This record gives sequence, C-alpha cells and structure tokens, in this order.
Amino acid sequence: MAGSKTGRVVFDRFLERWLPQIVVSPLFATSLLFVYGFIAWTVYISFTKSGVMPNYTFSGLSQYIRLWTTPRWLVALENLFIFTSLFIIGCMVIGLLLAILLDQRIRSEGVVRTVYLYPMALSFIVTGTAWKWILNPTLGIEKIIQGLGFENFNFDWLVDPKMAIYTVVIAGIWQSSGYVMALFLAGLRSVDDEIIKAAAIDGAGPVRTYGSIILPIVRPVFFSAFVILSHLAIKSFDLVMALTGGGPGYATDVPATFMYSFAFQRSELGTAAASAVMMLVTITAIYVPYLYSELRRPAK
Amino acid sequence: MLSVRSLMAAVAVTALMLPASSYAGGTVEVLHWWTSGGEAKAVGTLKEAFEKKGGTWIDSPIAGGGGDAAMTALRARVMAGNPPAAVQLKGPGIQEWADQGSLNDVEDVAKAENWDSVLPPSLASIMKYKDKYVAAPVNIHRVDWMWVNPAVLAKVGAEVPTTWEEFNAVADKLKAAGITPLAHGGQPWQDATVFETIVLSQGADFYRKALVELDQDALSGETMVKVFDQLRKLRGYVDPGFSGRDWNLATAMVMNGEAAFQIMGDWAKGEFLAAGKVPGKDFLCAPTPGNGYIFNADSFAFFKVSGEDQIEGQKVLASLIMSPEFQETFNLAKGSIPARTDVSLDKFDSCALKSHEDLTASVKNNAFVPSMAHEMAIPRTVRGEFLDVVTNFFNSDMSSADAAKALADAVKRAQ
Repeated sequence: MAGSKTGRVVFDRFLERWLPQIVVSPLFATSLLFVYGFIAWTVYISFTKSGVMPNYTFSGLSQYIRLWTTPRWLVALENLFIFTSLFIIGCMVIGLLLAILLDQRIRSEGVVRTVYLYPMALSFIVTGTAWKWILNPTLGIEKIIQGLGFENFNFDWLVDPKMAIYTVVIAGIWQSSGYVMALFLAGLRSVDDEIIKAAAIDGAGPVRTYGSIILPIVRPVFFSAFVILSHLAIKSFDLVMALTGGGPGYATDVPATFMYSFAFQRSELGTAAASAVMMLVTITAIYVPYLYSELRRPAK
Repeated sequence: MLSVRSLMAAVAVTALMLPASSYAGGTVEVLHWWTSGGEAKAVGTLKEAFEKKGGTWIDSPIAGGGGDAAMTALRARVMAGNPPAAVQLKGPGIQEWADQGSLNDVEDVAKAENWDSVLPPSLASIMKYKDKYVAAPVNIHRVDWMWVNPAVLAKVGAEVPTTWEEFNAVADKLKAAGITPLAHGGQPWQDATVFETIVLSQGADFYRKALVELDQDALSGETMVKVFDQLRKLRGYVDPGFSGRDWNLATAMVMNGEAAFQIMGDWAKGEFLAAGKVPGKDFLCAPTPGNGYIFNADSFAFFKVSGEDQIEGQKVLASLIMSPEFQETFNLAKGSIPARTDVSLDKFDSCALKSHEDLTASVKNNAFVPSMAHEMAIPRTVRGEFLDVVTNFFNSDMSSADAAKALADAVKRAQ
C-alpha cells in the first residue's frame, strides 16, 4: 500500500512537472514543421530551378537575378511602398481624429462608434468588390456626378494605371481606420481623469492637453496600431485581387499577388519562392528592430 | 493516407468487377474544370458515353477559372504519387508534364484509329511527346474572330472591315457617332488575345516566328512595332470602363448594341446563342483581318496510373474522346468545332461552318497557327512574360518601339 502511495505521488510530481510540456508539444511540433519547416523549404526552393514541379537541383542565385530583372517585380515593390506608407499614415490620422472627436463625450456615441467600426466587420474581398463598383467610371461616382449635370467631372483612377494604386489605398483606409479609431479610443479612455483635470486647472487648452499630455501617454497604442496595420499592408492580397485584380495591366501588383501569379498561373515555383523570401526579408527587417525594442522593455 | 484509401478503393472496385467481366470499360478518374453550365453539360456527355461502355467514371471537377486551382490540385496529386487517369490539360503544358515523366501514352489506340490522318498536323504535334500520343483533343476553338452587331454598323452605314485600315476607319466613324467601337475586357489574357490577332494579320510566317519560335529579331523588329501601333489604335476605341471587365460582359455590350465589335474566340458565340440570338442576323462572326487561323484546343492528357483496370479505362476514354459521335455532341454543347476534321457538320451553325472552312484552307496554306494567349504555342512561363508586356503597353503610354524591345528582353529572360 505504502509503495503504491509513494508511486502515486511520484507520478503526480511527474505530471505536474511535464504535463504543460506534453500539452504544448504537439502544437509546438506542428508549428515547427508547418511554419518554420516550410519557410526553410521555400528558401531552399528559391535556390533551385523549380518550374512546374519542385526540382531540387541547386541553381544558385539565378531565381533572384531573374526576379530583380523583372519589371513587374519592381512595380510590385513600388506599389507595396506606396500602399503601406499611405495606408498606415491615413488610418492613423483618420483613426486618431475620429477617436479624439468621439472622446468629447458626444451624444449617442455608441451608435456613431458602431458606424465607424462597422467596415472592419467586412472582409477585404467585400470592401474591394464594393469599391470596384463605386470607383468604376461607367457605373459609380463619375457616372453619378456627370448625371447630376457636371459633364466634365472626371474620376477614373481605377482604370488609370498611374493612379490605380491610390484607389487601393482609399478602400484600405476606409476599411481599417474605424478599427484604429477603436484602438485609440480605448487608449484615450484609459488615461487617468485626474491628470486631465490637473491640466485643465493649469490652464491647458484642448490642443495642448492632447498634444503634450494624452498622446504621449497612449504612445503604446501607436505601436500596436503600427504593427497591425503594417502586417495588414504587407500581406494585402485579397483587397488588391477584388478591387483591381492587379490591373490595369499589372499596375497595382503587390508582392503577394506577384507571388501568387508566378506560383500558380505561370508554373514558376522558383521565382515565386524567391519573391516570397524577399517578402519575408522585408517583414523581418521591419519587425526585428521593433520586437527587439519591445522585448527589452519589460526587463526594467 | 489519401492515397492509401483510394488505393483500397481501387482494389475494392477491381475486386468487385473481376468476377463479372474482366475490366469491362475500366475505371477512369477525370480531373477537369468544366464547371459552368454548358461546360458541365458537355463533360456530362462524355461521362454518359463512358458509362455506357460499362466503365466506372470518377468525376473530379475543380472549380476556379482558367484551371489554376486544378493545376495546384494536380501538382499535389502527382507529388503524392496518386495522379488522376485523365486531366484536362492543353498546349505545351502537356509537354511540361511529359518531360517530368508523368504521362502514359495511348499510341496503340491512336495507331489503330488512325488519329494522324484525321487531326490537323500542327494540333497533332501538340498532343504528342516523342512521337507518341499522350493526349487526345476534344475540340478546336478559333481565336481570331470579330463579333459584330450589324444593327450598330448600319447606323453609321459601315460594312464589316477586312483590314485594320478599314477597321480603324469604321471605328472612327462609330466613335464620332458616340458609339463605343470595341467592347473589350481589360484582363491580361484578353489584351493578349487582341494582340495575337494583330500579329496574325502580318502573316502566318511572322506569327510563327514571333509567337511560336520566339525569334528575337521578329520580336523586336519593325513588323512588331507596327503590331503595337495598331494595338495602340485599338486602345483608343474601348470605353473607359474596360479595365478588369470579364469577357462575357464585353460580349453583352455587343449584344445590346452598346458596342459594335468584340475580338474574342468562339466561346463568345455561346453567349449570343444562350440569349436566343441568331448568327448572321442578330450578330455576325467575321475573321479578324489577315488570312490565317489561330486555334485553341481543349484536350485530355493521360497520366501515369497503375493497374490494368485504370490503364484499360484510359484506352477506352481515349478512343471515346476521338469518336466522331462524341466530338459532335460535345462541340454542339460547347460552341467549338470538332478536333477531327472528318466529322459531319450538318447540325452546326453558320459560324462553325465558316470556322471549319477556314480551318481546312489554312491547313492547306500552312496558316493554321496555335494561340499564344491561350497556352497553345509556348510554355506558361514565356506566355506570362508576353502577357505582362502586352497588358502593360495597353494600359500605359509606352511607345511601340519600347514595347517591342521590352518584349524581346522579357522572352529572353524567361527562356
């Protein structure tokens, strides 16, 4: 009896010590394989001659050379830069403004907040399709305003290769700024009332209060919004696909659509893998410094 | 896991069938992306015919335009060592898979039924790998068609043009009258379709040099610059909402009299017929300028499967696909014409008859050429580069000379 009792205790100890690891390990193993394993596989494929099927003959940097001499890839990169910067700035500015306005304890705030937040409930596919119709010169805004009598009104960005990427920005900002507003609103509400009252007693106006006191306090929210928006922007695929299909021509291609078209429409797995690796490198370049600064902070 | 299970299924099917009759008709799994109304009906006729012969048909339809999704599925199946017996595959894609050693040949069926003598030689060569048939064609689509609304042309008193100069003159008239001359969908493959019909108007030899043999001089030379000049002209004849439009919406514009012309393969005819329009009266079909014929053909390639049952199934399917009866019923449903040149066309409409007549003439004149835009002429890789350059030209203000040079560079890069 006594033997079995101590045996039980030992077993309990064992469980106590190892259960968490046992529970976590399948998940750990699958992420290791399906995330990091496939990243490694993709990197390897990008150094091979793979075409329609994976081909494991090593071919050095040829796929990268091919990638960087393809004009379409350069267009995709330029678009990514334009889209990401304008999308992040636009969402931040509009989101912050909306949040500050909502923060003035206005009436029926709940309704207004829902109205602004609602676009986030739609998928990018829906947003893209809706804006495709709104911006289509023969169906949407241009047609309506011309119908109102302004014959010379012209708004054909969607079919103008130089401007089309900005229509993607418009649709993206429309979709995501409400969400950023919600983030900021939560941040603003968490600021201690006492501080604001103290500022008011000291005679600070609203601009000074927000600019010098509240916004510095909610600084972490800027970081969260930046991280969320930037990854939305870099992986943006569905919005572009639904809104412009990468067109006109390939004027609104971004790296994600480029990769898709090379891997699945062109049978060029190698080049597609090289472009995927370039995207990974880009993301790493943004996130590593960020994560580094974030992870260091709690140590104090 | 999947392959084990389907192997077991195959074994079970074989075991069930063995006592009855040995491999009557066999088993085929057919992977295709004919999922829209007319297409599904067309593939249904094949299934029925196959089952009538006592075979077992496993249908694997994979939705998704252009077959990208199907190709992804196929890649996964081949890598897992469990390919379907027959796959809807076309053009140089057949050679690509054959190069990977993934295809079975059906040479004995082809020899016995004398495919060589009933298929146009340039089509037959696409179906062969190392001189053996590895695929069977089901139809021939003509790509270089103009679909015309005669009522709209009558409004400006114009005739159907036969050269690009005439076309431009008619289009200018239409434009002056406030009518969109050319209905066009601004998707890369549609831009490329228009582009290749202009290339053909410069002669079948030039077409072959540039779009099949990928000759650098032809790609960057004077003639190609002229082709781009004409394409630039056509860009001026489309309406502002063309970007990203689907081809069938462009067809509808011609149908409703919003536009006069559309340059599109004969699958557009299906749209007209489905709307109850009569060829020759409500709409006209006319070849685009030039004397030639750009073809696009659907076909089934036979993958390397094991088991006598499945191999037997492949043979039966190959023979069925090439049978005159099937080619007739299938193409009546799909809107194309039979790949066999000896099938009677009594039941076909005037456009199909014209297509067949031009086909025979062009084969004789050596002007029967495979479509670049529809993956009949060159590998997908190179085709993609063509599409990029052409669509970029169509949607920008690039000069024709720059476009020709960019085209030559792009093709060199992809090879």
